[in-house]
Amino acid sequence: MKEWRYKLAECRGALIALAVFLLLFAIYGSNHPAGFTLNVVTTAANKGVLLALVAMAQTLVVITAGIDLSVGMIFVLTNCVASAIVVGSPWMTIFGVIGVLATGLLCGAINGAIVIFGRLQPIVATIATGAVYFGIALWLRPQPAGSDIFNSDLADAFTGKLAGVVPSSLVALLGVVLLIWIPFRRSAVGRDAYAVGSAELAAYMSGVSVRRAKFVAYTLAGLLSAIGGLFLAFITYSGEASAASGGNYTLFSIAAVVLGGVSLFGGVGSAIGAIFGALIFRTVGDLLFVFNLDPLYQPLFQGVVLFLAVCLGSVRLFQVRNRLDLFG
Amino acid sequence: MDAAAVPLLRLEAVSKRYGGVRALEKANLVVEAGQVHAILGENGAGKSTLIKIVAGVVEPDEGSMHLEGREARFARPADASAAGIACIFQELSLIPDLSVSDNIAIANPPQRFGVIDRRRQRQIAEEALARAGANDIHPLELVKDLPLSRRQIVEIAKSLARNPRILILDEATSALTAADVAKVFTVLKRLRSEGLALLYISHRMQEIAEIADQCTVFRNGRNVATYRAGSKSDQEVVEMMIGREYRHAFPPKLAAGNADKPPVIEVRNLSWLRRLRNISLSARAGEVVGLGGLDGQGQRELLLALFGVLSGVTGETLIDGKRVAIKSPRMAKSRRIGMALIPEDRKTEGLMLPMSVRDNLSFAGIDRLSRAGVIDRSAERAAVDDMIRLLAIRTDGTEIPVGSLSGGNQQKVVIAKWLALSPRILLLNDPTRGIDVGTKQELYQLLRKLADSGAAIIFYSTDYDELVGCCDKVLVLYDGAVKRVLTGEEITERALIASALNIETQQREAGLSPAIPT
Repeated sequence: MKEWRYKLAECRGALIALAVFLLLFAIYGSNHPAGFTLNVVTTAANKGVLLALVAMAQTLVVITAGIDLSVGMIFVLTNCVASAIVVGSPWMTIFGVIGVLATGLLCGAINGAIVIFGRLQPIVATIATGAVYFGIALWLRPQPAGSDIFNSDLADAFTGKLAGVVPSSLVALLGVVLLIWIPFRRSAVGRDAYAVGSAELAAYMSGVSVRRAKFVAYTLAGLLSAIGGLFLAFITYSGEASAASGGNYTLFSIAAVVLGGVSLFGGVGSAIGAIFGALIFRTVGDLLFVFNLDPLYQPLFQGVVLFLAVCLGSVRLFQVRNRLDLFG
Repeated sequence: MDAAAVPLLRLEAVSKRYGGVRALEKANLVVEAGQVHAILGENGAGKSTLIKIVAGVVEPDEGSMHLEGREARFARPADASAAGIACIFQELSLIPDLSVSDNIAIANPPQRFGVIDRRRQRQIAEEALARAGANDIHPLELVKDLPLSRRQIVEIAKSLARNPRILILDEATSALTAADVAKVFTVLKRLRSEGLALLYISHRMQEIAEIADQCTVFRNGRNVATYRAGSKSDQEVVEMMIGREYRHAFPPKLAAGNADKPPVIEVRNLSWLRRLRNISLSARAGEVVGLGGLDGQGQRELLLALFGVLSGVTGETLIDGKRVAIKSPRMAKSRRIGMALIPEDRKTEGLMLPMSVRDNLSFAGIDRLSRAGVIDRSAERAAVDDMIRLLAIRTDGTEIPVGSLSGGNQQKVVIAKWLALSPRILLLNDPTRGIDVGTKQELYQLLRKLADSGAAIIFYSTDYDELVGCCDKVLVLYDGAVKRVLTGEEITERALIASALNIETQQREAGLSPAIPT
């Protein structure tokens, strides 16, 4: 009897985010000038999946009570790398994809190593590494460009419709969840990450390997950002070192995790929630479009949504009885 | 040592120093399997250090430790854990956002195909909870949703899941209700009959009388006596715990002259959550009021409550006979109230270590040294120089970072900083911890000088000697409530220890008066 309540409580944040998303998307779809068609859904899915992947990356780090301000830059860098090396024959393409993912892993591992061994605050460490990653991206692609032999067949397979009915980007996202998130969530190191985010000292005293948990979280965050960057290349066939895009994705990823019920204090939430948070955030932006509001207001509107989301996340601070705890 | 009777755990001549302070001095301890071994001693007697050494949290400087006759060295807590030593510390080691079963299996979760085997983990958790006598706790419940007493039981279950041979309980029952303690004792007795050795640290003498087989008393870092439980009276136990080797010279106390003065601060029925209960106290100008008792009985919270740091405090506070509600430290230090708190942890709450001596000294009084929001540099310099002279702070000028001073001099800076406000009510939270003897003497003199110039002082110390030497009145706290008020000649180390342990050493017969007033 009580059993299901605990299981429900575990995914409450994600379920609320799902409900909000479905509501918003229904409003969006029914007001879309082209109607609620499969093409509309596919386009929305492709855009949503990009942010969802970066938000998943952010989730992993936020769970450890850290924050990764380089996810957007890794996203941009791997997008540029992908536009250059996911080319040619199937075999070359496979190596290209591996190269892109390895780039993301490396970036994430560097972040993790700096946070663990340099003992820098995550916010400072990742803002610095993010600047470097962006610099490399700009060096690779001074101008937005693609390759003549970019493997557009592969790209189309991931951005089109599977069997003509399901947006394949959503299937790919599901695959990422099943191959990366679920194993992480269920593994010992994943649980250690939650423990570290919830109470680092208690985790250490319990014999948890704090360093390993953080390192894995940052590294996988790099990998997930890279999958996002790869996907962007699939959509655009090209790479662009856009500072604005990198900054936006970082910022939006934070909004998405909070909307998805992930606590910025660490230890609570899931990447599934963050995915729906990302979809909510995208839909909110698109709602402006279907209601014919001036696109100039979009950044302001998104800013307000982010701000409200962050406020929502700090509600529990009002319950603190010993004010010294506020500084802990 | 006889080969036939090799004890489970033996410590030989173990010493440990922290800086200049010796926490353990050639301590010996023998713990047999199938016994509950209680460790007794006052604050700073070396109990915590001893446990930390056995649990692998700190390494001893000298001496050796033997497990079943074999020498053992632990570099990390994990090493001790692997050797079958489980420790339940006072500070909980549970993760609030994880479930009970996650917590129980945290160190070594059962795995299958690289992921945690949840079904097996749940089984382990249920077995451990059952062993700890807590079948009513659901393994999927989040720890943060459990009340404190239940969390403590989860903590015990967690250590049992590792199948230890030696279980250390450090004040593990202090947060438990009587019913929960009874349950835990049933469990402990069963574990004892299963052949575990239990090291039991508690300040509740009744509990020790009920469960212990052997007792060892520590004093000044040495084991001074080991005896069979029940073979000594409470009185004798207190005698053994008394007796410090260092005696300080204390300045003369308050002349009885101003006993008729009205109190500067008076507190009535102050309560906070369940940590402070109906505390009433008052302090006159010139009076030094001590807070005694074992560490962690609410003394720190009381000072924070007075200083306006805690929210949700009930009861009334009167300053000069008028009711005031002190809502923040800023208000507490205002001229009208004139309160100052010398915090316990000077590194985080008292000082900004990388900033200069001058900045630190003038910080609390900055409002008074500025005109229209601009700091008056020459007034600041004069004030800073005054304070350095007054407290004889040994520093290489005023511009060096305060973090480069010695501990004692850092503490002087903390005190000086607040003195700049010429407070009328001075709260001190264990100000001499980790400070050299010479500086301590200077602080005692300074306290008395401040009192003589009209300040009311409320002074928490873990050092009983200090309370005896400095205070005109001592309130002994136990479990968040004032258990006893000692004044004048009544303030002796014996009385302090006895009331700290909440036992009666007067000639009252058990049965005539209850040991714990309720």
